[in-house]
Amino acid sequence: MKIVRDTEDKGGNKGEGEKRKWDTHYDLYFLVSVIFLYLLLFFFDPESAYNALKVTGNIFIQIIPILLFVIIFMALIDYFLLPKTVAKYVGKGSGVKGWFLAISAGIISQGPIYIWYPLLKDLRDQGMRSGLIAAFLYSRAIKIPLLPLMVYYFGLLFVIVLLPYVVIASLIVGQIIELIENRKDKIQ
Amino acid sequence: MIDPKHKGGEKSKSIAMSFYRAFKSLGSALPMLAGVVLLLGLLLICVPKQFIASVFTGELFRDTVIGSAIGSISAGNPITSYIIGGELMKGGVSLFAITAFIVTWVTVGIVQFPAEAAFLGRRFALIRNSLSFILAILVAIATVTTLVAIQ
Repeated sequence: MKIVRDTEDKGGNKGEGEKRKWDTHYDLYFLVSVIFLYLLLFFFDPESAYNALKVTGNIFIQIIPILLFVIIFMALIDYFLLPKTVAKYVGKGSGVKGWFLAISAGIISQGPIYIWYPLLKDLRDQGMRSGLIAAFLYSRAIKIPLLPLMVYYFGLLFVIVLLPYVVIASLIVGQIIELIENRKDKIQ
Repeated sequence: MIDPKHKGGEKSKSIAMSFYRAFKSLGSALPMLAGVVLLLGLLLICVPKQFIASVFTGELFRDTVIGSAIGSISAGNPITSYIIGGELMKGGVSLFAITAFIVTWVTVGIVQFPAEAAFLGRRFALIRNSLSFILAILVAIATVTTLVAIQ
C-alpha cells in the first residue's frame, strides 16, 4: 500500500528526489532573506532592529509551550493512529464525519497556524483529504478561548452571526479544494 | 542508536520511535519557523497601527477588500487583530472591512505562505489562500448584511 510506505519513509531519507530538495532549500533561502532584512534594518535603525528581535523573542517564548504540546500530540498520533485509521476518519470516503472532525479540530486547535503544518503534512501523508485540511485551517478563525474578547470588542450579536458563516466558509473552501484536486487526479 | 529505517513490518512502532519521528518532523520545520517568527517581529515593529488606520478610504467595497488584504499580510495572535479591529471601529472604519480583516488575519497568511507551501505544497497553499481571501469578503458581506437585517 502506497500510503503506508510514504509514512515509513519520512524518517529523514534524504534522497526523496528533486521536490524535497527544493523544499529544503526554500526553507533556508527564506530564513536567510529574513536575516538579511534584519541586517539591513540594523544598519539603518539599530533600535528598531533590537525591538523587533525582542518581539521575536517574546513570540518564541509564547509558542514554545505550544510547540511542546504539538510534539506530544504528533507523537501520540503517530503511535496510535495507523494510516488505515486516519483514512477511515479523514481519508477518502470519510463523509460528513470527516468534515465535522476537521472543523471541530480547527476550532479547538491552539497557537499560530504555522506550527500545525508539520502535523497536517504527516496526516496527509497518512491519507487525510486536502479538502479537510483546508477546512481545518479555515475554521481556525473561530477560537473558543478568545470568544469573550471578540464579544467585548464587537458585541455578542456580531459573534453569533459571524461564527456560522465561518463554518460555512470552511466547508466551501474544503469542497472547492477537493473539486480541484479531483480534477487534477483525473487529468493525470 | 535507533535507526528509523529498520521498520519492515507494521508492528515495529514504539512510543519512543513516535517521539523520535515527531522531534525530527518538527526539527526539520525549525528554519522555517524561525524565519516566520523573525519576520513577524520585524513587521510588528516596523508597521505602526496608525498606518493601518490611514489606509481605509470610506468606500465600502474597497475598504472591505483593503481590510481583507491587510488581514492577509498580517498574522500572529488573533487577539491582536481584535484589538486593531476595535481601534479601527472607533476610528469609524466600516464593519465590513473590520470583519474581513479579522477573518483573513487567521485564514490567509502571506507571511507564513512559504511555510505552508513547503509543508502542504505550493499549489495547495496558493489555491487555499486565494479562496480564503475571496471567502473572507463574502463572509464579511454576509455577516454585516445579516446584522443589519436583524437589527
